[in-house]
Amino acid sequence: MATDYETYEFDVIVIGAGGAGLRAAIESMSEGASTAVITKSLLGKAHTVMAEGGIAASMGNVYPEDNWKVHFRDTMRGGKMLNNWRMAQLHAQEAPDRVLELEEWGAVFDRTADGRISQRDFGGHRYARLAHVGDRTGLEMIRTLQQRSVAMGLTVFAECTILRLLHNEDGSIAGAMGYWRASGSFVVFKAKAVVLATGGIGRSWKVTSNSWECTGDGHALAAWAGADLIDMEFVQFHPTGMVWPVSVKGLLVTEGVRGDGGTLRNSQGERFMFNYIPEMFKSETADTEEEADRWYTDKKGARRTPDLLPRDEVARAINSEVKAGRGTPHGGVYLDIFSRRDPDYIRRRLPSMYHQFKELAGVDITREPMEIAPTCHYFMGGVRVNPETQASTVPGLFACGEAAGGMHGSNRLGGNSLSDLVVFGRRAGLGASEYASSAKAPVVSGGQLSSIASEGEAPLSRNGGENPFDVLHDLQDSMHSLVGIIRTEAELAEALEKLSEFDERAAKASAAPSRQYNTGWHHALDLRCQLTVTRCVAMAARARKESRGGHTRDDFPGPDKEHFGKINLVCRYRDGEVTVTEEPLPQMPAELATLFEETPK
Amino acid sequence: MSTVTTVEPEASARPSNAPAGEWVVKIWRGDANGGSFVDYRVPVQEGEVVLDVVHRIQASQANDLAVRWNCKAGKCGSCSAEIDGKPRLMCMTRMENFTPGVPLTVTPMKTFPIIKDLATDVSFNYEVAQRVPSLKIADPGPDGVRRMFQVDVDRIQEYRKCIECFLCQDVCHVIRDHEDNKRYFAGPRFFLRYAEMSMHPLNTEDVRTMAKEDGGIGFCNITKCCTEVCPESIKITDNAIIPMKERVVDRHYDPIAWLGRKIARRH
Repeated sequence: MATDYETYEFDVIVIGAGGAGLRAAIESMSEGASTAVITKSLLGKAHTVMAEGGIAASMGNVYPEDNWKVHFRDTMRGGKMLNNWRMAQLHAQEAPDRVLELEEWGAVFDRTADGRISQRDFGGHRYARLAHVGDRTGLEMIRTLQQRSVAMGLTVFAECTILRLLHNEDGSIAGAMGYWRASGSFVVFKAKAVVLATGGIGRSWKVTSNSWECTGDGHALAAWAGADLIDMEFVQFHPTGMVWPVSVKGLLVTEGVRGDGGTLRNSQGERFMFNYIPEMFKSETADTEEEADRWYTDKKGARRTPDLLPRDEVARAINSEVKAGRGTPHGGVYLDIFSRRDPDYIRRRLPSMYHQFKELAGVDITREPMEIAPTCHYFMGGVRVNPETQASTVPGLFACGEAAGGMHGSNRLGGNSLSDLVVFGRRAGLGASEYASSAKAPVVSGGQLSSIASEGEAPLSRNGGENPFDVLHDLQDSMHSLVGIIRTEAELAEALEKLSEFDERAAKASAAPSRQYNTGWHHALDLRCQLTVTRCVAMAARARKESRGGHTRDDFPGPDKEHFGKINLVCRYRDGEVTVTEEPLPQMPAELATLFEETPK
Repeated sequence: MSTVTTVEPEASARPSNAPAGEWVVKIWRGDANGGSFVDYRVPVQEGEVVLDVVHRIQASQANDLAVRWNCKAGKCGSCSAEIDGKPRLMCMTRMENFTPGVPLTVTPMKTFPIIKDLATDVSFNYEVAQRVPSLKIADPGPDGVRRMFQVDVDRIQEYRKCIECFLCQDVCHVIRDHEDNKRYFAGPRFFLRYAEMSMHPLNTEDVRTMAKEDGGIGFCNITKCCTEVCPESIKITDNAIIPMKERVVDRHYDPIAWLGRKIARRH
């Protein structure tokens, strides 16, 4: 019975308190909508804090030649032209204003000599474009948004996990139901509009930079509610994760190391990236070490270093070097900045990296190289949204940040995530509050609540079932080895069979009976989301018979411009089954298409 | 007075020297109604941190163990606890700092009420955060740019490295041993906020009275315990609290400034 559960009612609820969620909430509140944020962790701990290198925006503070059109072009080419062109355009146009707004709210970015916001080089960006705070830009961003939203009086429900979305009789969204992690009791949030800002899915892979929170909750909640998901085959492996000690395997090493002069070498000392320059980037990439090194200070007279090719290219190259037997003792390659920049510069530009390697690996990066290898980092796929409003295909349901799809196409450029969060977080807040202003009050049938409650309680009442941690670890192993950087038909088929086994095992997993802050129970429930999302990933990966961006098929090694270059794969969840459908990719207008005809120096 | 001495000497040992093998880890288990230490025998691999070991115990022996964590890289400040009695981040504390064969104890932060096991109710900090004013920044210059120079923002960037692990709040004896003081005392983490606003080159608001009256900065008697436990190595006492105290004194206790204000008011 509905009245038995603790219940709140708002115009708009935002699920997730990272950069996108907080920015959405700020906008929704500014529009006068009653708004709350719900987060699985404490406020200020979301995965955004892990973002290091910076936020991409063509402010032109360092290179006045930069503008939104160049940023747009870089973004589309980085995504191998599969991006939703309109999202990429809005993102490039609005990012500078969003960065300045963060400064107005208290963010203290590193400065240029003339007192403006400094910008650094990153992979795939033609000009130095990333506003940054050393290598802790994400922390600065989340703290700024946190302080701003607290000052505005935002209601935050911390350590609360959402189990399912609720709907009205006509199928539109009516809120969400979840549980308090501390007490284990259920809670109902009625709302006219829901914004999903739940982040990524990396926790389902063994080697990842992602935290326990990144279980794809928003993707799964949306799918179960009937929303379309797109581009689910595209998983970004960041080229540089730590490899040693095992304890920190997968931990992120910022691309800023290469942006600030670091280079990749194999065990023979060779700068191997020169051997992996793809046709698409040949005309704008240096082909000698001399030119590459000169580019750091001479952007007009030299072409960019291949160390800063887009992430998909670099990750594949590292993978190939290790496979060819030119890897380090711990199965990575070397990332060397110590021989190329002086220690003071390294400590000033990369303080967290210095600290992280010193404390966790006993490596002094001002004196010796880092050992790195690719790590599962970011998910391009997500909820299919309207580019202007971030509305999903279900009325009242919105998505932004990593939970939304389309913006990054098949591969995201570094620095485009933090800008995505604030550009589309704001748009989602506007879209949701506007929708809520004319939506009728939510009416949730009691049947929904009791069925969600029994689903949630199930792992507690099972006895002698499997340990949910064991299912989780096996899922991570399987996704890592079968749906990783390089994929094949046979392995994807095997992955799908394994997923069916995991579905059965997860359905029988049991947790200790206490409801109070019971991590085993929480994991058992998170597995529901992980298994739906990983199934979408594996099915979409099997359906896309080409290689593009964050999806490489050993059995289809090249891109297929004529067919797969023109379609998105759309995943839908109906009656417990996932389907994958090909749909045409939206085509950009002619005036934008001309940007891709010129060949810049 | 807190008994915290120093942070451990810099860990210079390579992971290859790490003590592998089986350890005894004593974790405090319980809730608001009470609890006790439970001993776990657990294998430890080279290069591991305390959080790895706690996670191994959780996955294999105690699925319902409550412990917070997120980034596992010293950036989010979630996994704060007291390890052998010292406030630390579990993810940044390597096992080779301890002696094999000697049981290791892991307890929740003492200053905050227990929820369960290693998870404490840190809502005090979020309540204080609501009282701290937000920055009111000056308008951009005539060219539309807010100019600030690196040399002028270096210090506040140091404050803004804070990851809100609340270890400084945990160790601060003003509130650790005196629950009543929480009403009057914001704590070191929030003195960083006042100092940050006060020293922001484009700040337009005088926060000195707020630091004194809302924040209770006068209660701090600069024992530097907060600085010692800060995993971000922020010199909280020397670089934030003492300069902020000086600014408060200038505002409220400087006799010449007082006289100046009196005279100014007459005209």
